[in-house]
Amino acid sequence: MRFLPHTDEDVASMLRAVGLTDIDSLFSTIPVDCRRTTDLNLPEALSEWQLNNRMNILASSVATFPEYRVFAGAGSYEHYIPESVSYLLGRSEFVTSYTPYQPEMSQGTLQAIYEYQTLAARLLGMEVANASLYDGATALAEALLMALRITKKKRVALSSLIHPFYQQVVRTYLGPTGVSIDEIPYDKDGRTDYASLKGMEDCAALAIQSPNFLGSIEKLREAADLAHDNNSLLITAFTEPLAYALIKNPGSEGADIACGEGQSLGIPRSFGGPGLGMFAASMKHVRSMPGRLVGKTLDEEGRLGFVLTLATREQHIRREKATSNICTNNSLCALASAMYMASLGGTGIKELARLNYDKSEYLKGQLKRAGFSIPFKSATFNEFVVEFPDGFESTYKQLLKQKIVAGLPLAPWYPELYNHYLLCVTETASKEDLDTLVREVKS
Amino acid sequence: MNKSLGATGLILNEPLLWERGKKGRCGFSMPERDVDSFPLDGDILGEGPDFPDLSEVEVIRHYTRLSQWNFGVDTGMYPLGSCTMKYNPKVNERHAALPGFASAHPLLPPVLSQGILELMFELEKYLAEITGMDAVTLQPAAGAHGELTGMLLIYAYHKKMGSLRSKIIVPDTAHGTNPASAALCGFRPVPVKSNEKGVLSPEAIREVMDEETAGIMITNPNTLGLFEENIREIAEIVHAKGGIVYGDGANMNAVMGIVDMGKIGFDIMHLNLHKTFSTPHGGGGPGSGPVCVKSHIEPFLPAPRVIEKKGKFFLSDEFPESIGKVHTFYGNFGVMVKAYSYIRTMGPSLKRASQLAVLNANYIKETLKGTYDLPYDRPCMHECVFSDRLQEPHKVTTLDIAKRLMDYGFHPPTIYFPLVVHGAIMIEPTETESKEDIDRFVEALKAIAKEAAENRELLLKAPHNCRVTRLDETTAARKPCLTG
Repeated sequence: MRFLPHTDEDVASMLRAVGLTDIDSLFSTIPVDCRRTTDLNLPEALSEWQLNNRMNILASSVATFPEYRVFAGAGSYEHYIPESVSYLLGRSEFVTSYTPYQPEMSQGTLQAIYEYQTLAARLLGMEVANASLYDGATALAEALLMALRITKKKRVALSSLIHPFYQQVVRTYLGPTGVSIDEIPYDKDGRTDYASLKGMEDCAALAIQSPNFLGSIEKLREAADLAHDNNSLLITAFTEPLAYALIKNPGSEGADIACGEGQSLGIPRSFGGPGLGMFAASMKHVRSMPGRLVGKTLDEEGRLGFVLTLATREQHIRREKATSNICTNNSLCALASAMYMASLGGTGIKELARLNYDKSEYLKGQLKRAGFSIPFKSATFNEFVVEFPDGFESTYKQLLKQKIVAGLPLAPWYPELYNHYLLCVTETASKEDLDTLVREVKS
Repeated sequence: MNKSLGATGLILNEPLLWERGKKGRCGFSMPERDVDSFPLDGDILGEGPDFPDLSEVEVIRHYTRLSQWNFGVDTGMYPLGSCTMKYNPKVNERHAALPGFASAHPLLPPVLSQGILELMFELEKYLAEITGMDAVTLQPAAGAHGELTGMLLIYAYHKKMGSLRSKIIVPDTAHGTNPASAALCGFRPVPVKSNEKGVLSPEAIREVMDEETAGIMITNPNTLGLFEENIREIAEIVHAKGGIVYGDGANMNAVMGIVDMGKIGFDIMHLNLHKTFSTPHGGGGPGSGPVCVKSHIEPFLPAPRVIEKKGKFFLSDEFPESIGKVHTFYGNFGVMVKAYSYIRTMGPSLKRASQLAVLNANYIKETLKGTYDLPYDRPCMHECVFSDRLQEPHKVTTLDIAKRLMDYGFHPPTIYFPLVVHGAIMIEPTETESKEDIDRFVEALKAIAKEAAENRELLLKAPHNCRVTRLDETTAARKPCLTG
């Protein structure tokens, strides 16, 4: 076995050193009735070459870009990832290290995460971002728990246009806490209907996603005013942070906590994970934040260095009084997104965001021209809703055979949106792809 | 000894990212603009982020230099106790990066994602076999996330039984994540002490277990590296009062193919794919923390679950008693691919990995005993825990010893944990370290013990060969500077 360096001679001499004659007697402290009576019933070991074949077969059965044109977003986005980012991310000094508990030996990870925190905070317009959480949904759940801790209230209000899966995770997390969850309906323009919100005083937080699940850009400033008038926090969630290179960011609109999924910033989709839970807040709430934080400091000789800090919030110090139970987070994904943001730069990321916007607007316009209804009037980024005529389901299935995934049907999550599909366009779709899509859905 | 001393190389300084670059550069190949620009409401338009503009070369140099300030398993021995820093096979990375896996959209219709669903289905089966449990969820994204899932399962189970319970037993040797996870579900952790042998006694559990107690969280092998030999009796005590036994499987690397976790009384347990199943830790994740359960807990597992019908695979939400979702999609699939790949590479010789992990730990324990204080002198599992008691007379602490180890080219062990050992030095070599490397590590620790007696200044000022010396953590916390 190529990962096990022990020769028979090594084993024999090590056993001698511990005063044993056979390897089984290492386990003498395990009572007999706790032991397995049979060998592991696993498939026989494969050689590297056999395994490559097996994995190639499994992977090749999956529909992916560029063979397939997948016009689906809904929390997972196809963006080009520069080879330089993938290459750097393979540096095994980053990949094979542990959480940087020993800073003198982990300055690479620490500086890189400090830089990630900075880029994330700048993108979101917030004062401080943590080193990452698991994903968008768990980041939102943690944000709500943080707001409940800060305000000591027992109710939260969630927009019905937050990603349905995020809402489900929030319900799972808050289930045992006894916190009540209000769901805010949406209006005819495809935005959260703040007017329907009454009796906010006992709400710890108002949570809004922007761009929301339908792709619409929400009026966050109004939400912030509403939340702050009632001494509650505005939490803004997101699934597509690239939008903030074009539209106003959560911080500038008054968000107290901004959280969501960072997969679109240079991380492969990988069937939904690992992604990147992004989490940012204002400095006055930093000691209530979940997750790791890297801070700047000096060494004994006055040189700049970085350490994990404010650990008194964390489980390994505070145990049951910690702000979260999180330990291992998604550090390498945070690093990937920092590399990606660095590669784009301030100029590039604006250009890329604009291109994404323009391409989706182009498709929207072409679909309208082809006679399809775009039911919601609000501005969108990357994603939008189109209403197809009755019987489109069979066209949709037909298109799958032609290697086109024409968006996602919304009915499973919003039954009233029967025949409505959520379409997503990024820079990876050419004008020709979009024209083909319009031609095919029309036929 | 001099030969194995760490040395300084040509390590280059590197400014912060935003101290590099020049406006107008870009390290990204911008796709062609083949559509017109569309108008956008000025109320919506933002300023865009203040990022530095860098060329591809600058980005490459920046991160290459940073990487050289890091130490990883590929650099050398990384014996962090309870972290199982074993070698991360390179072929696993290739598999996770296959376009069919890496580029897959999570909401593809099942007919277009069969290979992925099949892999997940098989991985669940393998993990059930390795643990001796009945069913598995792959959704949790890390060990602590698995613990939270476990607590939610316990909550759901008791709710169904019509008895909401308020407490949970957590031994004093537990990881901090255990009480923190329990608290998230509203359970009050009740601490119990381990006995003079470093394990839990049935009496201690009997004393605290009652019908207000939801169950126990127990790490086995425990964080002292010892097998909880009374586990079956403890499980019976907890079960007799209607409680659930939660097993923290962080230390599963000691007992694959050896212990049947179902038979010892675990109802629920989590695994860390980034420990036992060789997926890299990435400097703090992503990990994966599957939860394995016995059949009476299975109805509550997170949904959707992968199911098989006539050789085809589907994701099903038809589990009315499920606790719901704990992850946006299905968990860290990219990590699952690597663990699957590892299990298929090892096959039944996973047992051999556990045997050698335990052999390596016992070898270190025997060879360092006497040089360092060993508070629990018993056969250990995959890790052994020393203390700094013998170095105390020289006014040298565990921290000093750990920092000095860096100069010898080793990552320090876990220190000051478990809390029950004062000045703990917790060493987990894993099975992938060779005898020669372990001998060098032991030799280094012996040399450090000698230095502690003869030249303590060397230790107090250590590390000497790293890019930075000890950092001022107090000021970092008192006046936090978290962004630049």
